[in-house]
Amino acid sequence: MRVLMFGWEFPPHIAGGLGTACEGIVKGLAYNGVETLFVMPSASGDEDQSATTIINASDVPVDTVTETVDEFLDKVKFIHIGSNMIPYANPEEFGRLIEEEKRRQVKDFSISYGQKYKFSGKYGANLMEEVARYAMVGGTIALQRKDEFDVIHAHDWLTYYAGIAAKELTGKPLVIHVHATSFDRGSVDNIDTRVFAIEKRGMEIADRVVTVSDLTRNIVISRYGIDPAKVVTVHNAVDFSGRENLHVERGVKEPVVTFLGRITYQKGPEYFIEAAAKVLKRTRKVRFVMAGSGDMMNRAIRHAARLGISDRFHFTGFLRGTDVQKMFALSDVYVMPSISEPFGISPLEAMRTGVPSIISKQSGAAEVLKYAFKVDFWDVDAMADDIYALLSYPALADFSARMGYDEVNALKWNGATAKLKQVYESVVK
Amino acid sequence: MASKSICLYFQVHQPTRLRLYRFFDIGKDSHYYDDFANRTILRRVAQKCYLPMNQLMLELINKHKGKFKIAYSISGSALEQFQRFCPEVIDSFKALAATGRVEFLAETYYHSLASLASESEFRHQVEKHAARIEELFGVKPTAFRNTELIYSNGIGEMVYDMGYKTMLTEGARHIMGWQSPNFVYSGETQPHLKLLLRNYNLSDDIAFRFSNRSWDMWPLTAEKYVNWMKESAKEGDVVNLFMDYETFGEHQSAESGIFDFMRALPEAVVKDGTFGFVTPSEATRKYKPVAGIDVEDPISWADEERDLTAWLGNELQSEAFKKVYAMTEKLAIVNDPELYSDFGHLQESDHFYYMCTKFFSDGEVHKYFNPYDTPYEAFINYMNVISDFQTRLDEKRAALDVKETAVQELAAPAKTVRRKVAKKK
Repeated sequence: MRVLMFGWEFPPHIAGGLGTACEGIVKGLAYNGVETLFVMPSASGDEDQSATTIINASDVPVDTVTETVDEFLDKVKFIHIGSNMIPYANPEEFGRLIEEEKRRQVKDFSISYGQKYKFSGKYGANLMEEVARYAMVGGTIALQRKDEFDVIHAHDWLTYYAGIAAKELTGKPLVIHVHATSFDRGSVDNIDTRVFAIEKRGMEIADRVVTVSDLTRNIVISRYGIDPAKVVTVHNAVDFSGRENLHVERGVKEPVVTFLGRITYQKGPEYFIEAAAKVLKRTRKVRFVMAGSGDMMNRAIRHAARLGISDRFHFTGFLRGTDVQKMFALSDVYVMPSISEPFGISPLEAMRTGVPSIISKQSGAAEVLKYAFKVDFWDVDAMADDIYALLSYPALADFSARMGYDEVNALKWNGATAKLKQVYESVVK
Repeated sequence: MASKSICLYFQVHQPTRLRLYRFFDIGKDSHYYDDFANRTILRRVAQKCYLPMNQLMLELINKHKGKFKIAYSISGSALEQFQRFCPEVIDSFKALAATGRVEFLAETYYHSLASLASESEFRHQVEKHAARIEELFGVKPTAFRNTELIYSNGIGEMVYDMGYKTMLTEGARHIMGWQSPNFVYSGETQPHLKLLLRNYNLSDDIAFRFSNRSWDMWPLTAEKYVNWMKESAKEGDVVNLFMDYETFGEHQSAESGIFDFMRALPEAVVKDGTFGFVTPSEATRKYKPVAGIDVEDPISWADEERDLTAWLGNELQSEAFKKVYAMTEKLAIVNDPELYSDFGHLQESDHFYYMCTKFFSDGEVHKYFNPYDTPYEAFINYMNVISDFQTRLDEKRAALDVKETAVQELAAPAKTVRRKVAKKK
């Protein structure tokens, strides 16, 4: 089995968890005897290629198309480079705009024909343009290497267009992998409709949709209207090989309860602050830390100040490199109160460090972690109760730390990717 | 002899800026200050302002043989930094003091907001400051100015109670109404306390507008300025020009001509003959108060509002303020000089100023003085320092308890015996 895989990032240069997951997946697939060609928009050359072959899309000119420009464009006509916003147009005007757009696309493509496009591979302002260009290059790569793979696998919406282009041009089956949906990025009535449209299109055209949890599977089925028969859950795993737990000398004497992640609406920072205030009413011998940054950070700081707990509730700002592990090593309880979390790797990291974790039932991780404490994200009383219990009853904390450690060490990509291999086999004729 | 007067007073202060103090530092490192920034900034301001301006003032005082007088208030925090980083500034102030034409005012040693939080802490800091001023300059202060000219009836009463008969504050529009700031006033609830009110229009012409080329009055000359003072003081006895000393050479650069303006001003005043120069204590001896000024809610010289919102205007500031002053009592019990010194520096009003979220109206001024990018960073950093300080204080307090218990245990048997005896009766 050989896979053409479209990703957006790959360690060591990553902005989010997607790159780490991709690395685990290609390594796990290699273990299961599956070869992968991993395409990414902007590779640096220092990626670990022991388990996969990395193709840097920035190095590939769009020039080996066998068909004419028109034929190529006909197959990938869903791709719009640049802005495709058309506000309030009447039918005549709309028709004119469409014609104009078509002409512009041919022009754009003719210009870019034979050219390389330098991707930033980041999540910047011209993300939409990069997504579209990535699809053009992705289609080219698929045509060039037509005989080197059996199935196409695309990770998250940024790469769905590339996956679709590859499928349209080669006729090979497409598997898309949903690590997160628009509903995990914004609240229900505040989603990016352009991203939603790309996601929906990818899911509809794909032969199989892989989700990282049943929670995400339900969103894909109910909110995107996808046929349940083609949606499969493959839970994430985590690769701890070669990881030594850090020993960090503690400064504060009190036990530390930690929130670590982006401070945004869907991570539920406010529930953590409310729970902290409740615990602090009962005992002052504890410190809370909110590590990370995000658009809700300033609001969170004001919230804690209003509750009068700022001398026991600390903010660290964005943590880099080993500071993240240092923070876990300093923690006695980890809390992930996410309102919506497709999976959530951070409690696994915490438990691997021997830190008992409290996670919201609205997270994918809750489906696989038996020894994490589970509460509804809105139930700050239950959250406070669990925090207090873990701080006050050493037997409970020791037990959950020990069992949690073993549990997360057993979650291996080798197992998850065996399931992924079955998914490939189900679509390759 | 001129019947009207000009009272020139300069505030000298430098905050003790905190270093980047992260959560990871709590309990591990109790050095809170950014020595590098403090030294660099202090030396820069000394070169640009304190040293050349002191030199100029000394020349003018000598030249005008008693006709030119000025007043200073130098915070304890600034004095400490001079001593550490640039002792020649202290020497130049001593030289000014030796002329006998310079009055040094009393204030809170740490340029703090203690007057709003704790009377005992307020008194303690004022006494500490007065003692230090007397030690350095040989004169015990008789006039008082509170941090940022903060004043209310209640603060006035405390100040008078400490023995000061003259106090400086802001001629805030919402307090003065139609009344002119160019008279001596008295406290409403403490009529023996005489008040000098800052003429903010004329003061800000120098402090804020001097180098502004889009100002329709630019450029400002000494003659023009004397005419404005005459106009303003048509009705009035004394024009009170109160400003930051750093105005000269730092906020308004030497290139703007601010030093030349100051060099020319005394001569223009003397030549015109309408005004003489007085120090604050002389002003209140020379002129009788014309009315009482009633200030229920504290006023200050800051921002458009002339109130406390620059330091205590949002929930971050109130939280930090509450947390720091909640420790006052424990500190008194522990009575440890090293802890008290940190406690004092953490009270500097500047730390609260950095947390101000009034970005819009006076944001420019706030940004100028702020080492932090956002008020949130200022708050986080400050609270981390406070957390470490609390821990140290609690440890010292606990150590005291252990000692006391030991003493009590020694005495305990005797008590038990006595109680038993009592029961038998």
